Amino acid sequence: MSYAQALRCRECEREYPLDPAFFCQFCFGPLEVDYDYEAISRVMTRESVAAGPPTLWRYAPLLPCDPEYKVDLGTGYTPLLRADRLAEAIGLDTLWIKNDTVNPTWSFKDRVVSVAIARARQFGFTGIACASTGNLANSVAAHGAHAGMDTFVFIPDDLEEGKVVGSAIYSPALVMVRGSYDDVNRMCTELSHDQPWAFVNINVRPYYAEGSRTLAYEVAEQLGWRTPDHCVVPMASGSLFTKIWKGFKELHQVGLIDEPQTRMSGSQAAGCSPISTAYAEGTLNFRPQKPNTIARSLAIGNPADGFYALKTMQETEGGAEMATDQEIIDAVKLLAETEGIFAETAGGVTVACLKRMVESGHIRRDEETVAFITGGGLKTIEAVQGQLTEPLRVPASSDAFLEALEARRATEAGVAVAAGGA
Amino acid sequence: MAKQHVRFTFEPNLIQEPLIYQLGHQFEVITNIRMADVDASVGWVVLELEGEPDEIERSIEWARSKGVRVDEPTLGDVVEG
Repeated sequence: MSYAQALRCRECEREYPLDPAFFCQFCFGPLEVDYDYEAISRVMTRESVAAGPPTLWRYAPLLPCDPEYKVDLGTGYTPLLRADRLAEAIGLDTLWIKNDTVNPTWSFKDRVVSVAIARARQFGFTGIACASTGNLANSVAAHGAHAGMDTFVFIPDDLEEGKVVGSAIYSPALVMVRGSYDDVNRMCTELSHDQPWAFVNINVRPYYAEGSRTLAYEVAEQLGWRTPDHCVVPMASGSLFTKIWKGFKELHQVGLIDEPQTRMSGSQAAGCSPISTAYAEGTLNFRPQKPNTIARSLAIGNPADGFYALKTMQETEGGAEMATDQEIIDAVKLLAETEGIFAETAGGVTVACLKRMVESGHIRRDEETVAFITGGGLKTIEAVQGQLTEPLRVPASSDAFLEALEARRATEAGVAVAAGGA
Repeated sequence: MAKQHVRFTFEPNLIQEPLIYQLGHQFEVITNIRMADVDASVGWVVLELEGEPDEIERSIEWARSKGVRVDEPTLGDVVEG
């Protein structure tokens, strides 16, 4: 069963029934799910969690939907990997990577969609929809297919072929929308009002967003029921960032961990950095931006939860950084070369910003840090194409291979000497 | 009569302009402020606009022409990554 008991306005705290609604009728503030934490603390123990499935459903009492409606592709309980080589490269003693590239459609969006689709089925919706530039579209299409629901996926018409295929393979009603970014936003908001679908990040957004908290639960459990000193999280709408902090606080509220002291820091691409820019300017009021970055999965110029992300930074003495497109590409490569994890550009944003935060002293060397890598690199291969070492091309002869290898090493040594001399 | 919820964002050069007052006088639209914040770098206000749908649309277009960014109030961008 679910222990969700109401929707509550994040601004004026008015309560509403658990309906498909997302804003407060009084102040238009966003709604968030509230739970009966006392009841949860009676049924949820470390042992009961450990006995659960190796998916996000092991935290079912803390999810805003009845598990009998779940659509389970095996999302969650992803590895938390000790990243010693990357830690050494950037100057940290202890670094962990929460590797969410291994979810069913290779991004953390499977978490939010798992919860949204379960709640949508509980509401009685037979159709599910989203508007996305990639990861969310892939996840909604896959979950819609598994559930046998009518599935509508709206994407901009300039999307890379790989991302189109990543949704089309599941045969949703795939709609490529011509128009500016703002036009697509406006059209999808209108559709969400007019159509009888669960538009995952619109009319069921309060439930959808709750899926992100499972990342916090997993990190705490995988660290032996404790929280790290510092988290570095990619920010698009800012929702994931705020929900990870909420997740840590909830685990304390239900008695599973000590009070979290974690500092929360966010990462954005310089080409779309409304939240990080507001942090740098010392204000809680961000200015919307027109996105222009290779990190398209983070390209939200008008982030719904930007204000709350900035409040979370304030509350936890965290912060925010931003990285250029070249730094993002370099960081994707660094993560792959040091830890064997191929992340999409959002992962590059996180690692690049983490590096900057260590260099600036915002993160101290002795702070145990978790970096959240939220999507797989095969989704954005165009970002690194032309940036990688060319393979050796040789005829089928061992002598030719050894000769080519020696030549390559000599060239690399020459480059290193030249760089050192400069 | 219809009601529409909007979020206006003002760049610093517009913060001192009485744009909501002007909008209410130039168009047959009732403006009702629900949330707002203004600081040195940016100002925003969440409004309920009430009037005939065409008149509301015209008033929003006028605000845009003045340099105001107009968004849906709660959701931000709905096209996600």
